[in-house]
Parts: sequence; structure tokens; C-alpha cells
Amino acid sequence: MAKTFVEKVLARASGLAEASAGDVLDVRPDLIFSHDNTAAIRKLFEQIGAKRILHPDRVAITLDHAVPAPTTAHAQNHAEIREWVRLQNISHFFEVGRGICHQVISEEGLILPAEVIMGSDSHTTHFGWLGAFGMGVGRTEMASLWATGELWLAVPETLRVMLTGALPNGVTAKDIALRILRDLTVEGGQYRAMEFRGDTISTLSIDERPVVPNMMAEFGAISAYFPPDELLLNWLEGRAKRAFTPLYPDDDAVYAQEYALSVADLQPQVALPHQPDNVVNLADVVGTPIQQAFVGTCTGGRYEDLAMVADVVRGQTLRSRLIIIPASAQVIEQALQTGVLADLIRVGATINTPGCGPCMGNHMGVPAPNEATISTGSRNFKGRMGTTDASIYLANPYVVAASAVAGQIVHPSDINPTLTSKANTEGAHHANNA
Amino acid sequence: MQTTHNVHVYGHSVNTDVIFSGKYTYTLRENSEIASHALEDIDPDFVQRVREGDVIVAGRNWGLGSSREQAVTCLKYNGIRAIIAESFSGLYFRNCINQGIHPIVCAGLREVLQTDDTLTIDHTERVILANGRRFSIPLLSPSVQAILESGGLVNMLKARFAQN
Repeated sequence: MAKTFVEKVLARASGLAEASAGDVLDVRPDLIFSHDNTAAIRKLFEQIGAKRILHPDRVAITLDHAVPAPTTAHAQNHAEIREWVRLQNISHFFEVGRGICHQVISEEGLILPAEVIMGSDSHTTHFGWLGAFGMGVGRTEMASLWATGELWLAVPETLRVMLTGALPNGVTAKDIALRILRDLTVEGGQYRAMEFRGDTISTLSIDERPVVPNMMAEFGAISAYFPPDELLLNWLEGRAKRAFTPLYPDDDAVYAQEYALSVADLQPQVALPHQPDNVVNLADVVGTPIQQAFVGTCTGGRYEDLAMVADVVRGQTLRSRLIIIPASAQVIEQALQTGVLADLIRVGATINTPGCGPCMGNHMGVPAPNEATISTGSRNFKGRMGTTDASIYLANPYVVAASAVAGQIVHPSDINPTLTSKANTEGAHHANNA
Repeated sequence: MQTTHNVHVYGHSVNTDVIFSGKYTYTLRENSEIASHALEDIDPDFVQRVREGDVIVAGRNWGLGSSREQAVTCLKYNGIRAIIAESFSGLYFRNCINQGIHPIVCAGLREVLQTDDTLTIDHTERVILANGRRFSIPLLSPSVQAILESGGLVNMLKARFAQN
């Protein structure tokens, strides 16, 4: 019988020949990970009565949500996590400054096409960009995974998304994600798996691809899959620590829903406060004053995001604060090598330690009441960045950068008429291959 | 068996950031501290008003957003016994089951109730009685039912590890 990607990948991870939507399986992930919430998970693990993590070689822990520690309480939390890593002999530990979990695990080649990864973080849908099944879980579920190596899961139905055409200049993968949210709303995912297909995918660079599956967490999808292509397989060469065989869905598999988007005419999209599906065309919100621009997070803090920002702000004077938090140390290194970092510093941007930063209101750029922030991140819920009296707008890196220059939301071409997203993408590929 | 509960009624798409704010997720550890911040950004009176055994009644897509489990436990530690919504975010639904809180998918209930009204759950008949009307409670799979009956995933595994 014809199968969707998620039916195939979950059957494989459950040791079954095949599975169908609706089957309840005991799934054994290839990698499980947590972050600053590890100490709290440890408490649950101890309540269970387990002594040792069953497969410490399949566990990754990244300190990223509040790094470097902003308060003594956060520092204490980190200290307990380091102790746990030693006690349990956990194989993959990434210290403060290495980067955001999803970015670091991707860079390290710890998860590969056709594999299953579960993380105690809702944006674990991210790993679909690698042709893997990535799913967010709760802390109790992570404690259970440490103890037993498996988790109950009903095989989801699948929503198939067809993306056709190439993005216009100045429009990015972020706009695809925002457009899907606009069309189908934050209720659209219904905990279904998503499968992307279509000729747009191969036109997206390595840095742009994760944006879409990552942000499908906002859509309410359980996972989101991009089919591996040559560009991805080349990128994985030298990174992959294990052999793998990509999985692809069957052509005649059964889908619960289909959605198609032609991206050739897509305009830059902006999510208005206070929900990620409150999305309009950029043109409809031009002129809105902002006090802070934030470039970072697992959604929008990769090298190309920084390069896009540099191409807008170079030689300009900023009229708002510009906070930049690269998604990983490798992103900083790449931006250093290409000169992008110097361009950003020269114009007055603040560069912070790789991590989640102010995204969920912890530190390093939280807004004042009645201030507006425009962000490359993925969440703009009321109070998300600390105070319920702040407004958060979500947009692509060009729009965020242009708005930092203008002190209000503007079209990037108003700041830099020569801007082309295509040139940036090609430049970044050279840097990636260097 | 029938039980009667006070209700707290909310709208559609109530997200995890307003149920339990992200700024507290890595520092608050004690149950009472976690409980004290429940729903503070959309319903500041909730923690004063709530009583042991109360239930939440909400609209569509309750609990969208983060995977943070405190968005369930902050209600549990305030005595909330069940969350009834027209639909749930998938992560939130799983977190409820794993915490031993029954997530009940039920449309139409929100329209006939206001905060501080009561409803009755008939556990044998699997129905909710409210304002003279009956609403059915969806069936859960045996594996999920077993987790709920153990009082959550930790308790279920505790029993399993104690046997070994």
C-alpha cells in the first residue's frame, strides 16, 4: 500500500515493516535532546525511579535558552545540567555559546534523513529540513524517553503542501511560512504531519530551508518534511556521522488535505501582534513605528539572515536599536570571514551570544512597555518578549533590517534599491562550501 | 459516577505564553510558585478564584505555542481536574495526558456556560451535563487511558520501574 513519509519513517523507528495513519506505535528515536529545561527533566526522571539513561549516546543537550546565565538562578540551573551530563555520561553536550539546539544539532550532523528526532522544544519540527521526522515533546515525555528509549505516538495524517516557482528578490522562506499561516491559520496544522513538495524547494538555500519546517510549529503541525535533494546530500557529506538512506513518500499515498502555494508572486509578509497568523502584506503595514529590530532565533538567525541584514544596513544610519543574535558559533565565524559581522558592528548593531536571547523574554533585548519590536523570530504572542504591553511584528530579515534603518516598518527597496536576494543566496553558498 | 465542577471559561487560541509565561520557565521550580503565575496575563484573578476540582472550558486550539509543560502543571497545581476545549494544540493535548489531566474535546459547551457556572461529568456514561444539555466525551485509546488512570506518565513508569 502507498505510504506517506511519516508512515514510512515511524514504521522504521518502531521496527515495523509498515504502519498507517491512526496506528499507535512505540517509537524509538535516533536522537533525543533537551536544553535549559534539562534540570527540570532530571527531577521527573528521578521521580520515575530510573537510575541510568538507557542510551546516553543518543542524547544531546544544548545550553541555549538563557546564555550566558543572566541571573544566579539561571546559572544554578546550568550548573545542575552540567553535573547531570557528567553523571549520565551524555555523549553530545554543547556549552553556552555554541548555539541554538536545532542549529547546532543540524551543523553537527547528529540527525540525518529518514531518522527520528524528539526534543523537549516545540520547534523540533525544524529537522524536517533534513528529511527527518522531528517532533516536540513535553518534559515528562523526555524523562520517559531517557528511561525507556521509546514513546507512544499515534501515526498522524498528512497535509501535503505543493510549493511552485522561485521567490522574487527580497522575498524569503520566512514569507512562505508566514503565508501558510495567513492562509491556513494557527489552527491549520491540527497535529498533522506536513509533507512539502514542488520545484520551489530546490531553489531554497541550505540556510533558508529550515525556516519553513521550524515555523510550522506555529501552524500546529506535529512535523514537517522536505524531501532531500542533491544540495542537501552534498551538504551532509563530511557532516553525517552514520550511513543513511533518504526516505521519500509514495506518489499515490493518501493525504488528509492538500494545499498549494505559487511563490513567484509572493510579497513580503508581516505578522502583526499578537499571533503568528495575523499576517498582512508588507505594503499594508508600512509606516508603523518600531523602537527595536531583532535578528536571531532558531527561525531567523543563520548566516544568510545576517548577510541579508548587512546588505540593507551597510552605510546607513540606524533609527532603531538593532539586536543581532547569531544562531550558532559557526554562524558568527562565517559572518566574520565574509566581512558581514564587521558591516553589522560598524553600523551600530549589537551582537550577542548565540542562543534564544529575548525571544521568550529572558534577556538580551527585551522591550519596554509600549515599545514595538520587529523580529526575524517566529512568535509574537502577547507578553512573549517579557511585557504584555509590547508589540511584536514578525518579518523576513530584509524587512527587519530596513525597518531598523527607518525606525518604522518600510519596504527594503526603499533603503537599498539595488538589493537582490538571489545574489545573497549565491554568495552564501560559496561561503558554505569554503 | 458523577462529579460536579466549577468552570473557568476562555476563548479561542489561548496560547502557552499567556497560560504560563516563558520568562518563568527556567527559574521557577516549586509547584506553588508555578501555580501562582497561571493565566496571569489574560486572567489575573484566576489564581484567587480557582478552587480544587474546578475545570477549564475553552474554545478552539487551546494551548498553542510552546511545548512547556508548566502550561498544564500550573493549572494542575491550582486544582484543575479537566480541560474541556473545542480543540487542543497537539503538544498540549499530549502534555495533559502525561500529567494525568483529562483533555476533553467538546464543541458547543462554551456557549452555554460562563465562568463560575457548574457542570457535571458522568464518567460512566461519558457525558458532560451543563445547563440542561448533554455533551459526549470522546473515547481514548487503551494506552492513553492507562496513563490517565495512573495519574500521568511518571506514575505509570514509576510502577513499571518499581517492578523491575
